Amino acid sequence: MKYKKLSLNYLIATTLFLGATSVFAVSATMDKMKSTGAITMGVRESSIPMSYTIGDSRFDGYHVEVCRMILADVKDKLSMSTLRINYQPVTSQNRVPLVQNGTVDIECGTTTNNTARAKDVGFANTLYVEEVRIAVKANSGITSIAQLAGKKVATTTGTTSVQLLRKHEKANGVNFDEVFGKDHADSFLLLESGRADAFVMDGSILAGNIANSKNPKDYKIVGEVLATEPIAIMVPKNDPEFKAAVNAAIAKIVANGNMPKLWNKWFLAPIPPKNIVVGLELSPATKNAWANLNDKPAEDYNKK
Amino acid sequence: MSLDLGVFCKNTLDGEVVDHCFSALFGLAQNSDPSYLDWLMKAWGWTLAVAALSLMIAFILGAVMGTLRTLPATSFLNRWLIRISTAWVELFRNIPILVQVFLWYHVIPSFVLPLKSLPSYWLVSIALGFFTSARIAEQVRAGIQSLPSGQTAAATALGLTTLQSYRYVILPMALRIVMPPLTSECMNLIKNSSVAFAVSVPELTLFAMQAQEETSKGVEIYLAVTLLYALSAFAVNRVMTLIEKRNRIPGFIVSNDASLAH
Repeated sequence: MKYKKLSLNYLIATTLFLGATSVFAVSATMDKMKSTGAITMGVRESSIPMSYTIGDSRFDGYHVEVCRMILADVKDKLSMSTLRINYQPVTSQNRVPLVQNGTVDIECGTTTNNTARAKDVGFANTLYVEEVRIAVKANSGITSIAQLAGKKVATTTGTTSVQLLRKHEKANGVNFDEVFGKDHADSFLLLESGRADAFVMDGSILAGNIANSKNPKDYKIVGEVLATEPIAIMVPKNDPEFKAAVNAAIAKIVANGNMPKLWNKWFLAPIPPKNIVVGLELSPATKNAWANLNDKPAEDYNKK
Repeated sequence: MSLDLGVFCKNTLDGEVVDHCFSALFGLAQNSDPSYLDWLMKAWGWTLAVAALSLMIAFILGAVMGTLRTLPATSFLNRWLIRISTAWVELFRNIPILVQVFLWYHVIPSFVLPLKSLPSYWLVSIALGFFTSARIAEQVRAGIQSLPSGQTAAATALGLTTLQSYRYVILPMALRIVMPPLTSECMNLIKNSSVAFAVSVPELTLFAMQAQEETSKGVEIYLAVTLLYALSAFAVNRVMTLIEKRNRIPGFIVSNDASLAH
């Protein structure tokens, strides 16, 4: 049933856009897709469950699956029979330059849409809103950020959470003792070994690390949401036609009611390769982003 | 590409331009927020502090271990001292520095509990100091063994004990010989101190990674950090060269200066 409905949609879309192929001819990305029959997708190695490797140079995850659906849609619009997807692992440091110089055509990792980056790259409509939260040991008795005064708070070097904590410190006069992990696994180790009382980071990363730990029951995510950030699929800056095609595909996926199913699949059910459950409930912010598709940057989210 | 050095005059909270670039450090504007330049200077201070502390540890232990390795194996005690110093050198120079830093920060404190209360810059300085001490020890040993055996024989003939001959004859000469490799070891230490970022010491590398993420001005940030590392290492080079010159004994060590040569 579902399959039939989908293919019907594709059929309509294909017919609609067949006549409009000339409009898309000006898109550099789609020209490249047509001439080479391939597209390069930027993915992350270990951003579970958004975008990560499941071994053998294969990649999967919430954003990766959405991207594959989007590309299938764009492929149909271009009336191509097949489209080869090349996966290119990217890091926090090189993802923006790689999209900028055309090595990566569409980045499906965990990139925050903010105004600084929007100067260099384009962002598709947001499908996931990240919330910065606090993870503590379950028996610590800590339930809010105010209780962290004078405590050691771990966060990862090279993330926006560091700046967020600094702002919070200044605004509320709560003094933390900051300790920095080299990467998320290190920061979690700081919490695990008692060198830190809390780990402040994106909710999905906290949930993923807790799910992966020796005793997931020993930790919990508590307290208020410290900040919300739109995580979006990154596309080349000077290609509004490709961005429009991606957004059209996103609108279609949302309209078909696929998003809650995708959420359940990646955030609430066991995922490969180790069959862990991330266990992050769908937040009102993400639900809102689906209901009102937009590409607003993080700055607009945190205006008080 | 054009450089936007104005990034260093922005404050670290919301990226607004501050009135005085050095606002917090020199107290020019008491209540204004620190700028990236202030943070950069603070980070540089941490880099230098960690390097200086490790250098002290490395130099003292390196000189001791290097000397012990050259002891004559004439007594039971000496043979054990040689074994211990050899084990020390082989242990600390065969494990990568980043791994040693992790061992000192995460592993050893879980067995030796008092170490848990030690601040992380101390633990990383111990790791760096021990690692470098193994390398300095080998240089000191090489310096001592490069001395003509007549030196030791003459010291013994004068009636000096082993301790006295090391103190008055062998070490003063050997340490002068190894000054050039010692200089490059000290410079390496400045650069190796960048591993301290891995255990949350807020030094230059941590600043670079964090500030470039916050400002998206990676080129400017990394240029500034590179400059400071190079400057610090070069300053160490100048100081060591000065010490080397001051302590030179005319006629003993062959130098580039022809008038001082044999």
